[in-house]
Amino acid sequence: MGWLRHQRYLLDFIIASLLRRKGKNLGLLLVYSLIVFMLASVMLFTHALKREMGQVLQASPEIILQRIEAGRHALIPADYLRKIGRLRGVTARKGRLWGYFYDPAVRANYTLMVAPERRLADSEVIIGSAIARTRGIGPGDYLTFRAHDGEAYSFRVRELLASDTELFSADLVLMSERAFRVSQGVAEGWYTDIVLSVSNPLELAKIAEKLTLRLPDTRPILREEILRTYDSIFSWRQGILFVLLLGAILAFVIFAWDKASGLSAEERREIGILKAVGWETGDVLRMKFWEGAILSLMAFLLGYLLAYLHVFHASASLFEPVLKGWAVLYPAFRLTPVIDGLQVATLFFFSVFPYVVATIIPIWQVSVTDPDAVMR
Amino acid sequence: MRIVLENVHKVFNQGRPNAHEAIRGVSLSIEPNRVTCLKGASGSGKSTLLSMIGCLSRPTAGRIHLGERLLSGLPERFLTDIRRHTFGFIFQQFNLISGLSVLENIMLPAYPLAPDHRQLTATASALLDRFGLAHKARNPVQWLSGGEAQRVAICRALINDPRILIADEPTANLDTRLSRDFMEQIRRLRESGRTVLITSHDPVVFDSPVVERVIELCDGQVVGG
Repeated sequence: MGWLRHQRYLLDFIIASLLRRKGKNLGLLLVYSLIVFMLASVMLFTHALKREMGQVLQASPEIILQRIEAGRHALIPADYLRKIGRLRGVTARKGRLWGYFYDPAVRANYTLMVAPERRLADSEVIIGSAIARTRGIGPGDYLTFRAHDGEAYSFRVRELLASDTELFSADLVLMSERAFRVSQGVAEGWYTDIVLSVSNPLELAKIAEKLTLRLPDTRPILREEILRTYDSIFSWRQGILFVLLLGAILAFVIFAWDKASGLSAEERREIGILKAVGWETGDVLRMKFWEGAILSLMAFLLGYLLAYLHVFHASASLFEPVLKGWAVLYPAFRLTPVIDGLQVATLFFFSVFPYVVATIIPIWQVSVTDPDAVMR
Repeated sequence: MRIVLENVHKVFNQGRPNAHEAIRGVSLSIEPNRVTCLKGASGSGKSTLLSMIGCLSRPTAGRIHLGERLLSGLPERFLTDIRRHTFGFIFQQFNLISGLSVLENIMLPAYPLAPDHRQLTATASALLDRFGLAHKARNPVQWLSGGEAQRVAICRALINDPRILIADEPTANLDTRLSRDFMEQIRRLRESGRTVLITSHDPVVFDSPVVERVIELCDGQVVGG
């Protein structure tokens, strides 16, 4: 009971102390929250994006087989499907047709893809929402492409791709096989690549090895590798942003250090008074520790909350150009809110802990000296 | 409780080129339930001596006894405990914490003892009432006049009901009328059975009939009383 009352008295004094220096503490809280907000935004956004990518890629084929010519990806002959032969564990195989198209009107690259399951007429396309937004078109409108031979082909937009897949389908144009071959100059009997479905992930490595042996001019790409690549890309982008934010973080560290290490004469005097009237060194330290902890905890919670709202309710509008990476066609999509405990703990450790330590050390130095010396 | 000092020395910045011996072998005995004044010019060492008696600092050499206890060898925690329970301090600059209210300032020394909040507020209010400051309880201390600030400082010194009251140059920032008022308050405290120790070079204090003993210091040594 006595201990609880003691803590209550300390807390009363701490709150009164914080309110006494309203301007200074409010300023500190704002700067501190801003730093946490920026760091947490990048972390939350990257993490959610990686997760989203991972989930979307789960539906993609396990192995993509590409033919390599002079070290570069080249078209693959259709008879490679036959040459692959019987491979234990492969449940399906098919050739894919896809490519890129640069649209000078909006200075953006589209991804063209053949989707036989959509049963598109040769004059029809299905487009991603970002293309529709950028070109200002919708179902029923026409989209004109300049083909490989300079001819112009017009396609009627049959529908737009569902917005829940926009992360991947923002720049996608689906068309019929014939339309693709004619407009892009890909002759019959050739595909862009071949995809294989494998039901047992443990067999993937062995199948990839067999493919390399049977078709030496090809390279198999496993889904796990794509996932890893995306992961590194987003980690790299996150790193770039962190480097950009480093200046702001450093400025804050200097600010906090200055605030923490340079105890003002007024603060030194107050510590002396408290000790003179009977406060123990431990009381003074606890009081100052809680003062710093309350401030940094509030900043952490405020910054994190704002970052959460920014990322999951405002589509991370401040950082999306860097983190999403598309140049012109930005997908508009809502990320699924996801919070990683380890990430929160890391951010907490690197923001709250150093501040509290930086605050407590100079106070400890003052509070262990005789109150008489502090007051002189 | 009798306070006894035996050959007490205090050296500041010991071992450094700017070392300064503020107290040089002081031995004296201070009787309980009396008003004693340490008199001397500025720099004579009276405040230093008072701070050692009040456990605010330690002597470099020598012994200080409080009743049966030897203070000079006690670790910090015990000194704080004695300071908290035995001494009440009135400082020259009053040393109130600005931004806090009069009532909060008075209650500060009691926080580490964690008494019942209602009881503490009642004690603080009763003290304010006794010193004619009840109407100022919620005011921030920086709004107070010099005389009021000093009375708040006295209330704060009394909140833990100490047996010994220590006042360092209490009239240095007061005019003659307020200084006399202060001595009148000291008289009342003396009547309530407290030991009062004052340092001063103000004649209003050391010539006051309230003061029962004057100890004169010069260059860190007792030269009279």
